[in-house]
Amino acid sequence: MTSPKDLLQQWIGERAGAERPWLENQLAILAAPAATERDLHLFLGFAPRRLGKADLALSPEALAAAEAARPGWQPGDWSIDGAARVLGLLTFSGDRPFAETFKDLRRTSDAAEMIALYRGLPLYPEPESLHFEVGEGLRSNLKPVFEAIAHNNPYPRDHFDEHRWNHMILKALFIGAALGPITGLQDRANPELARILVQYARERWAAGRPVMEELWPLVGPFAETPEIRTQLDRARAEGRVIEEFVS
Amino acid sequence: MMLIDPHAHMISRTTDDYEAMAAAGVVALIEPAFWLGQPRTFVGTYVDYLSTIVGWERFRAGQFGIRHYCTIGLNSKEANNEELAEGVMEWLPRFALKEGVVAIGEIGYDEQTALEDKYFRLQLTLAKELGLPVMVHTPHRDKKQGTSRSMDVCEEMGLDPSMVIIDHNNEETVGEVLQRGYWAGFSIYPSTKMGNARMVELLKQYGSERIIVDSACDWGISDCLGVAKTAQLALQSGVPESTVRAVCYGNALAAYGQSGQMKESDWLEPPAIDQRTLYEGNSILRGGRDPVIEEPGTQRRKGLTIE
Repeated sequence: MTSPKDLLQQWIGERAGAERPWLENQLAILAAPAATERDLHLFLGFAPRRLGKADLALSPEALAAAEAARPGWQPGDWSIDGAARVLGLLTFSGDRPFAETFKDLRRTSDAAEMIALYRGLPLYPEPESLHFEVGEGLRSNLKPVFEAIAHNNPYPRDHFDEHRWNHMILKALFIGAALGPITGLQDRANPELARILVQYARERWAAGRPVMEELWPLVGPFAETPEIRTQLDRARAEGRVIEEFVS
Repeated sequence: MMLIDPHAHMISRTTDDYEAMAAAGVVALIEPAFWLGQPRTFVGTYVDYLSTIVGWERFRAGQFGIRHYCTIGLNSKEANNEELAEGVMEWLPRFALKEGVVAIGEIGYDEQTALEDKYFRLQLTLAKELGLPVMVHTPHRDKKQGTSRSMDVCEEMGLDPSMVIIDHNNEETVGEVLQRGYWAGFSIYPSTKMGNARMVELLKQYGSERIIVDSACDWGISDCLGVAKTAQLALQSGVPESTVRAVCYGNALAAYGQSGQMKESDWLEPPAIDQRTLYEGNSILRGGRDPVIEEPGTQRRKGLTIE
């Protein structure tokens, strides 16, 4: 089976055109034991300038290869420069722990760079060491950065504890990020999240604001737990429209 | 008419300002790295400032359909804090290659000290190495000599005048700047820099070649509509439309576009990837000739009700 790194190298190489020798040379520099962080910074800076920012536009076969290489990895909406940045980071052989290098890059990244860094989460070594870094991304005010973690990314499903998972779902609702593209959405539904969502619905009703329909499927499986059942009964008594979403 | 404000410190401005600029026709602006009124005393606060102008501030501008670019540099005032300056210089190469960085700037002289000179030269070298244009801040005091000296040093360091924008010009400095082949910026800033009635007279005298109008709006008493009001006044005063278009749009694009990071298509036909990552789908910028502006401030202005 081909590794995610090899797949990225193949996909980007095929799309690099005249910049292919530059790309290969840069990757050789980054892979060498003597590679410096400055080499990495320059590669990350030049990636969009050299390779462009077009969509990677992967074929169904390539997406299947991605799924085989890392279950849950969905690079379907990755761009060439973003993919190249992840490849550069996977190729770089620095002597600091990965999380330290990642933190250093994240602190000074522009938006597109930060999106690429976070989209790469399922592919990095020592994934548990990135806990703080992922938290910083979730707290970002830039919706696309939040979505780089939350959408089409198996990292939250695989590594978030219940508290962080629940707050990611809640923040998605707050900032208008769709729930549908969250990997593992139904698998990780839990009674505490259901309680939070019903409470959230109550606040929306009280404020005269619409309640997003997509939260109800996360409440449904727990509709019979006493606390939630009480809340739902009360809402029905007030005439709120929820029946069609909660069986 | 589409306008560019190539010098605006939006980090100090409100969403009302963004709204007003968008409504006045500003499609793109450049935020030069500068000081914040209050000097920074830690390298880290400077680094976070640079992160803000390549990140969050760009996103904020995008919410109003305005494309945000920036310049990266160590300003002349804070160059006098040597410990800070040394630290900041180490970080600059990383930021200079970020997306949408169109120049090294604003750099130059304030009091014309030895430290200012040292870091001005080092940053000119960096700009040359990275192939980026330079935005030069000319000093408020001893302006004429400071401006001449800035150009002398650019030439000593081997920069091509066509890659250098000398900003904050006035009637006394513009002649030499144009004659030596540089771009000449004018900041329409009340009381201290250039007024727009004076600017109109300069346009009548010098025409449009290599002249750029900006607002330099910041945390001081300044006007984010400096470019728009100047364009309007110039048109009313009989300045040809082609001249107004050049000094309030085209020349800034030509000068800073030399970075390869700023293109008219950025706002006329934003690429799909860009819409997706920076503009939240195409809800803000829908393509076509003019950006479609959402109006977050409307309800505040028009009614008593806050929802």
